[in-house]
Amino acid sequence: MAYDYEKYLRPGKLPHIWCPGCGHGIAMKGLIRAIDTCGLEKNNTAIVSGIGCASRLPGYMDFCTLHTAHGRAAAFATGIKMARPEMDVIVVGGDGDGTAIGGNHFIHACRRNINMTYIILNNSIYGMTGGQFSPCTPTGAMASTTPYGNPDPTFDISKLAIGAGATFVARTTSFHAAQIDKLIAEGIKHKGMSIIEILDDCPTTYGRRNKFRSVIDMMKRLKDIAVPVAAAGKMTAEQLEGKILTGVLYKEENKPEYCEQYAKLIAKAKGA
Amino acid sequence: MSIEVIERYCKGCSICVEFCPKNVLEMDGFIVKVARPDDCIKCMQCELRCPDFAIKVHTD
Repeated sequence: MAYDYEKYLRPGKLPHIWCPGCGHGIAMKGLIRAIDTCGLEKNNTAIVSGIGCASRLPGYMDFCTLHTAHGRAAAFATGIKMARPEMDVIVVGGDGDGTAIGGNHFIHACRRNINMTYIILNNSIYGMTGGQFSPCTPTGAMASTTPYGNPDPTFDISKLAIGAGATFVARTTSFHAAQIDKLIAEGIKHKGMSIIEILDDCPTTYGRRNKFRSVIDMMKRLKDIAVPVAAAGKMTAEQLEGKILTGVLYKEENKPEYCEQYAKLIAKAKGA
Repeated sequence: MSIEVIERYCKGCSICVEFCPKNVLEMDGFIVKVARPDDCIKCMQCELRCPDFAIKVHTD
């Protein structure tokens, strides 16, 4: 039986605006399957985004959605969660939105360990604004603002999230479509800040500047560089050169969740 | 069993054509076409990977 994605989509919104072959659509389908698995209610779920290609995602989803200022999705989502702690809050954004313009909001949401799920669609570039380099553009890669190659080292978003204090960090790619919903579902069920990084392909602004002949080449690259965490333990440092780890990278159950701590603080202030 | 292509949604990225293990699909200009439906083994790879919600595999 074909999967009923329409049940969770706003009617009349498709086809979406993403370019042919863009992995954001694959990630959106994964998110829908994860929401379905977890049984989240439309009226009790908020999907929040900033600005960018990835941030167009909530516009298609038939939930409570919020399209906010560039990079500020985590801040708005924190506000929703503080005011309505019973809601399930999911944040969606790109690598530039989340780790450059909204870098501080991202790390501090991680630090607070507030119970929400942040899905970062990392396509290594600012796609919507014209292909400027982002903190995740690989060193040496071409972007519209690095015509001689990108001189900057890159962020490892997952390591950044772990270092900042997120308690569930997972990574996959848009090639591993069947893994996306499983990791997002695990993140939604986890109590605390869950970061799911999805390495994505941007054929239009990244691929064609970096000698990928087609989106298929980009997909095959994602397949080649991904190594499951379990398999990585048996590999040498040499074999792991240039690879990225996928799967659940970090999970911690004991760190206090922010909304619960805040509720305790209110009770204390009231003298209860 | 049938494979439905919603032509209005298809952007012709050819991901489904590439990752179909039985070579059921092919490109017809900028739109995907179900060329060999009898070879389909219902693995659902095309439906899973299509970024545009444009392909559905009806198994019943």
